[in-house]
Amino acid sequence: MAVQKDIGAYICSGCGLGDRLDCDQLEKVAKSDGRAKLTRQHEFLCSKAGVEMIQADIDAGDVSHIVLGACSRRAKTDAFNFENVVMTRTNLREGVIWVRPDTDEARESTQEMADDYIRMGCAEVKYQDLPAPSQEQGLNRNMLVVGGGITGMTSAIEAAKAGYNVGLVEKAGHLGGTAAALYKRVPERAPYSLPVDNGVDSLATQIQGNPRITVYLNSTVTKTSGAPGRFSVDISTESGDTTTENFGAIVQSSGFEPYDMSQLTEFSPESPDVVDQLGLEALAKEANGGAIKRPSDAKAVESVLFVQCAGQRSEKEGHLSYCSGHCCATSIKQAMYFKQANPDTDTVVMYTDLRTPGAGGEDFYRSAQKQGVIFTKGEVSEVTPGDTGPLVKFNDLILDENVEQNFDLVVLATGMLPNSGVNIDAPAPAEGEEVTETPVSILNLDYRQGKDIPQLVHGFTDSHFICFPYETRRTGIYTAGPVRRPMDIKQAMDDATGAAMKAIQAIENSSKGLAAHPRSGDLSFPSFRKEGCTQCKRCTVECPFGAINEDERGFPQYNEGRCRRCGTCMGACPVRVISFANYSVDSVGQQIKAVDMPDEFEEKPRLLALACENDAYPAMDMAAMNKVEYSAYVRAIPVRCLGSVNTIWITDALNSGYDGIMLLGCQKGENYQCHFVKGSEIAHIRMSKIDDTLSQLQLEKERVGTHEVAITDVERIPQIINEMAETVQKIGMSPFKF
Amino acid sequence: MTDVVATNQTILVVGGGISGMTAALEAAECGKDVILLEKNPSLGGRVSQLYKYFPKLCFPTCGMEINLRRIKARNNLRVMTLAEVTKVSGDKGNYSVDVKISPRYVNENCTACGACSDAVSAEFDNEHNYNLDKRKGAYLPFTMAFPQRYVIDPAMIGTDDAAKAKDACPVGAIDLDMAEENIQLNVGSVVWATGWKPYDAAKIQPYGYDRFDNVITSVELERMMDPQGPTGGKLIRPSDGKEAKDVAFIQCAGSRDRNHLRHCSRICCMASLKQSTYTREKFGDEGKSTIYYIDIRAIDRFEDFYQKVKSDSTVNFIKSKVASVVEDKDTGNPILKGVDTEGYKRYANPHDLVVLAVGMEPSVNFNDAPVDIVSNEFGFIEANPENGGLFGAGCASDALDVNRAVQSATASALRAIQVVNQVAEAED
Repeated sequence: MAVQKDIGAYICSGCGLGDRLDCDQLEKVAKSDGRAKLTRQHEFLCSKAGVEMIQADIDAGDVSHIVLGACSRRAKTDAFNFENVVMTRTNLREGVIWVRPDTDEARESTQEMADDYIRMGCAEVKYQDLPAPSQEQGLNRNMLVVGGGITGMTSAIEAAKAGYNVGLVEKAGHLGGTAAALYKRVPERAPYSLPVDNGVDSLATQIQGNPRITVYLNSTVTKTSGAPGRFSVDISTESGDTTTENFGAIVQSSGFEPYDMSQLTEFSPESPDVVDQLGLEALAKEANGGAIKRPSDAKAVESVLFVQCAGQRSEKEGHLSYCSGHCCATSIKQAMYFKQANPDTDTVVMYTDLRTPGAGGEDFYRSAQKQGVIFTKGEVSEVTPGDTGPLVKFNDLILDENVEQNFDLVVLATGMLPNSGVNIDAPAPAEGEEVTETPVSILNLDYRQGKDIPQLVHGFTDSHFICFPYETRRTGIYTAGPVRRPMDIKQAMDDATGAAMKAIQAIENSSKGLAAHPRSGDLSFPSFRKEGCTQCKRCTVECPFGAINEDERGFPQYNEGRCRRCGTCMGACPVRVISFANYSVDSVGQQIKAVDMPDEFEEKPRLLALACENDAYPAMDMAAMNKVEYSAYVRAIPVRCLGSVNTIWITDALNSGYDGIMLLGCQKGENYQCHFVKGSEIAHIRMSKIDDTLSQLQLEKERVGTHEVAITDVERIPQIINEMAETVQKIGMSPFKF
Repeated sequence: MTDVVATNQTILVVGGGISGMTAALEAAECGKDVILLEKNPSLGGRVSQLYKYFPKLCFPTCGMEINLRRIKARNNLRVMTLAEVTKVSGDKGNYSVDVKISPRYVNENCTACGACSDAVSAEFDNEHNYNLDKRKGAYLPFTMAFPQRYVIDPAMIGTDDAAKAKDACPVGAIDLDMAEENIQLNVGSVVWATGWKPYDAAKIQPYGYDRFDNVITSVELERMMDPQGPTGGKLIRPSDGKEAKDVAFIQCAGSRDRNHLRHCSRICCMASLKQSTYTREKFGDEGKSTIYYIDIRAIDRFEDFYQKVKSDSTVNFIKSKVASVVEDKDTGNPILKGVDTEGYKRYANPHDLVVLAVGMEPSVNFNDAPVDIVSNEFGFIEANPENGGLFGAGCASDALDVNRAVQSATASALRAIQVVNQVAEAED
């Protein structure tokens, strides 16, 4: 790549930069140390005139790489929006003058800070190229939907409405999933007063008449390989016929399995007059608006008890600890079946917390009360088959009494279990341990990292992020409906539409080589130098998104479309052969080396802060806006994720005389905040091994600190920096200043 | 003049909170032309005023930073602040939308250096902090405000302070003659993400929000906990600045109540569970939280969070709709009166501070909005085919938590795309 790199350095003297800093000196530094071909100064760089000045140089072909010495890269992005040029922004405003006191004593160290940032900026662009997509995949406007229940049907219809083709795979012989087994469903629109049609036929009709949707019944996905934009999927029928189709993206709507009520032995599940909610739907379907009859003797039910949270919200062995979300409204709906058929039916819903949230839920609850459904706060301890019907023992929580009562029928509101396939993170069974049941894979991904989507809590494939419900750890594959989270039909239909949206987006963006969230729009992707690779597999193992496969010889195979561009692979590589066009071991390493290192006796320590660009770095900017000061000795470099930090940077920094190093990343562990899932955690693990390096160099281990910070740590990050400066003062300067 | 090019293949998103930002971004990241309108000077909406999210107790600004970065990277997504829709006419695939843009008095030259703010002395109620403190008349609404551009309070126009601000600006960004503008946009579809507002707590007379200093709302508590908020992150009571170690939470304050909001606002149970962790965060074992509730609606896997809070010995739950709050004149302590329905016991419990878990109502009641759209009796937009190319998203469509609001917004983005794709197909 013998591309000529012509660096232009543009120094802004506005916003007080000209008063606080010697901008001529900055230009000189850019020329002499930064090897800038051209330098310019402007009193208001982000103004029309300033921007035009830069654009003129670009248009004239005088510069190919530009360094802006002005405000933070988070500010004035609309003004500094140049095309076809590599740009880096050195943060002289928020990163220097706003965090330093405006005093004569501070002037020298503040200037040194700014000088270094200019050197670093020039060093960085020198090692950056304009990213270009790999063109690994083209535009494939076909979407695969796995699961033909109400969620999958909705995803298919909504995607087709937007002009995309859909392959809809359903393992059963008909569409509709669990919803097809419902007599009626809870209304999702006003008036919220009575159960409504289950909606399955209407969706099925829309699908049958839709030329954009191909339905594969009695079929499963037996293999999925490739990446967004070029998924190759084997769809096999029960009889073993397999067709291979190509898709751009995937929605997994594999639904749920009802909890097995036979586990609730205290409720006599073997008794014919004790049913679960789906059991009641079957009875209601049979009755079809007439009197619902109890199974044991076909007597019309005169009294029915709904036991809420049966085997749910409980820590008992075999129970579900979570709430399934829909069951309160479902029991209310089912109580209405009885009241509609015969208003005199004694219908009792026994609950601890009745959960009907949102605008319509409360009205539906109220409507049941109006119809005479009784709601009792109580806990059922036992159901036994009585002579005239099930005998129920419960504790009435309002009256604080233990009560026994006979009902004709007992309905257990049991929960839902996600049908999420293979748990790829499950520990391998111990030797000799009996494996009772192997879950059937849904997607059969031909990924090194496992056959299915990683699961979150309780086996659901939810996103971990509150702000980003469709954040997925397998790019281009989105889950929707009760496989993602316990939910009702209304939410599942919304969820199906949202997932279809994301799948369409994945189709469009992968065709252009653009990254998915959170680095959406990024064109850079990792590549590796095969000659240097030792096939150690660390990159494939550590990739949080399962983006990297291995070829038969153990070399990594990057899949641009699956990659989220965090750089965790780059941080993992012990031989440093992985890089992005504009982000590499060199683009950061050379910044570290570019800092002018004062000798040991000058008593001017140098501290390095590698700050996550998503949270730590913005927090530092905001500290500056709030005029929180911190040490002038620090040099901060934003990184894509702490996971991208290669330990060579630390070793090099220590060897070149830095006195202290701080890694500032996001929260790790169970409630991780890391936008790249494992980046921060992996960085912590890697850094726990840096002690060896420190002891080899005979350096104190306090010189390197890894911190979990948040974007709100506007006070704490400056404190961490200042404490490191104090530590260095205590333990002394690094002897490695040459 | 504001120059905006829009066509019937443009998607308009009204409201720049997390739902609107999401809808706009998801559509824009599909390559669509999108205009995002926000009536306030900054994007961010209600979540920018929250200290933490439940159930992870993470910070809303973390997600906002990502969303803002996504917005900054998109040339096909245009943001207009201080903009309100005044009229919508036309049909699916071809709407004409009148937009009123209020003057910011600060143009795009602004570098957010803060010189104008330093120069003025006039102060006004700080709406970002629910008026619990004051802000300058030349101000950045909050540190992460976007666009990162100062605002001159209209009340300052014509005063010496306004002139001082103008003189102080080194880049000529302040234009005191800026006037209201009215523009018309032609768009294919519209996503309404106008969000929610807290129910007016003063209307719940028995709880004395308007009479007692130490009765506050849940949204105010969020601002108090923010280190950049009105109390600098201190959990203190307004009457005397004493640390509020014993906090009572009254659930369904204005919700599930025929006299107020009939619906359940969904978020308030989880919000109070979350806020009980604030008491622990500040005071450890010395803190005490009491939650007065009807039902704890911690649905689906939120249940985990409820169980976690429940296992905290400093948090108590009383099943009761509080009847009234009175004030102990000597101590300033609010006293909660009512009946514990589990066992029917009367109580009169004093606390340091009472937090009303106020309900959620739509910011714009769509029964009375400048657009013809089907809404339910609570004022939320209904998903009705009659709405053509107009769609509700987030809390404009229902009382939703953040996660569900974003889910809803993502779905709306697709619905909006369907309309403009059909327009594109027809025009091909």
